[in-house]
Amino acid sequence: MIALANPARFAALARRLSPWLIGATAVLFAAGLWFALVASPADYQQGETVRIMYVHVPAAWLSLMAWTLMSLASLGVLVWRHPLADVAAEAAAPLGAAFTFLALVTGSLWGKPMWGAWWVWDARLTSELVLFLMYLGVIALRGALDEPARASRLVAVLTLVGFVNIPIVKFSVDWWNTLHQGESVFRMGGSTIDSSMLIPLFLCAVAFTLLFFTLWLVGMRTALIQRRLRGLRLRAAAEGAPGVSTAIEAT
Amino acid sequence: MTPFLALLRRDLRLAVRAGSGFGLSLLFFVSVVVVTPFALGPDLALLGRIGPAILWLAALLATLIGLDRLFQADYDDGALDLLFAMRLPLPLAVFAKALAHWLVTGLPLVVVSPVLGLLVNANPQAMAATALTLLVGTPALTMLGAIGAALTVGLRRGGLLLPVLVLPLAVPVLIFAVGATEAMAGDGSGFAPAFMLLVGIVLASLVLAPVAAAAALRAAQT
Repeated sequence: MIALANPARFAALARRLSPWLIGATAVLFAAGLWFALVASPADYQQGETVRIMYVHVPAAWLSLMAWTLMSLASLGVLVWRHPLADVAAEAAAPLGAAFTFLALVTGSLWGKPMWGAWWVWDARLTSELVLFLMYLGVIALRGALDEPARASRLVAVLTLVGFVNIPIVKFSVDWWNTLHQGESVFRMGGSTIDSSMLIPLFLCAVAFTLLFFTLWLVGMRTALIQRRLRGLRLRAAAEGAPGVSTAIEAT
Repeated sequence: MTPFLALLRRDLRLAVRAGSGFGLSLLFFVSVVVVTPFALGPDLALLGRIGPAILWLAALLATLIGLDRLFQADYDDGALDLLFAMRLPLPLAVFAKALAHWLVTGLPLVVVSPVLGLLVNANPQAMAATALTLLVGTPALTMLGAIGAALTVGLRRGGLLLPVLVLPLAVPVLIFAVGATEAMAGDGSGFAPAFMLLVGIVLASLVLAPVAAAAALRAAQT
């Protein structure tokens, strides 16, 4: 963790890790999608729409994981002032928003044939929608602040405040009697899903998680380069030195 | 006089004398309630059924829209730096400012809500229930809004950003407040659990929100 405080060292590590992550993501997606779309049976009640689950459930898990990771990064910003923590939080926010959106859209597509409505105001759906709005709020707050150091701390406070919603989303199906089905994968007494559907679900979950980490790493590298560029631009504007402006053109 | 009371008195005086929004949020509250029946149509049965919800929605908007000024004036004239230097812990200073703000903006809403209840054809029981839940619930809205106000202090677009940040956090308050109101306006069953959850959320936000708002104020200071 301390070694990674050096952005150049982090960039080097990310460069070396990226091909492996991309490769693993591609392999797992191929396997997961083949199992999900071809090798798994249709549900006796839901028919073919059950296959939406293989996208919906991993996306929903990741929507919670992304905010949790952002909260940890926010602690890193506020407590340890780790220089990479804010970059991590910045890069994770749009990814979390995208996965939350994906979970909402796929859920809606599944809900229309199964429940007869695109949307119902059920506790799980509502709290996930609120989570989506909070992702957009975090992104909006960062966009409204000009100064990166100040933005990092304010966004960190908002992220930690918003963390209260994560257990609400997670346990909404246990606390309230909802239309959304209860926890069926990780529960006491074993999963209620047959292994023919559980295997593709886990493959897809791992594939989506790897995709998240791949994109996260790319996002962090991009954010680091953008920050460096901004720093160079500011210096060039302050000094008006030709040497610095050629350095910018080189990046 | 303790620093807490001094700060409270200063903010109350400023609100009353300097005319910075005192009465304006009340006017906004009334305007929203008055405009809603034009959008819904003058169906008294429908208005009577959703009246408490209209009042709560108007209160939510009125509370949040006025809140961007909570720390802004102090930020502009530098008084905020004095708050940091006070012996009073910053969360308590935030609490005093939010309390003063609630006394001049939140409390009047509670007082006029029965009158507005007449406009939306609420029965006496529903009016009493709405006034009660507003009295208990609006402090939580002010406290949650204080977090947003602290996050957006000094921002040019803060006025619009604050409701965007705080509305998701205010959802639980709205759910249980309207739930308790409708239960009390109806046959009374289900009132106690919803009301107790509301009170729980309010108490938690009274304690935690000033701490979060103080952290945001410190973070904003560079």
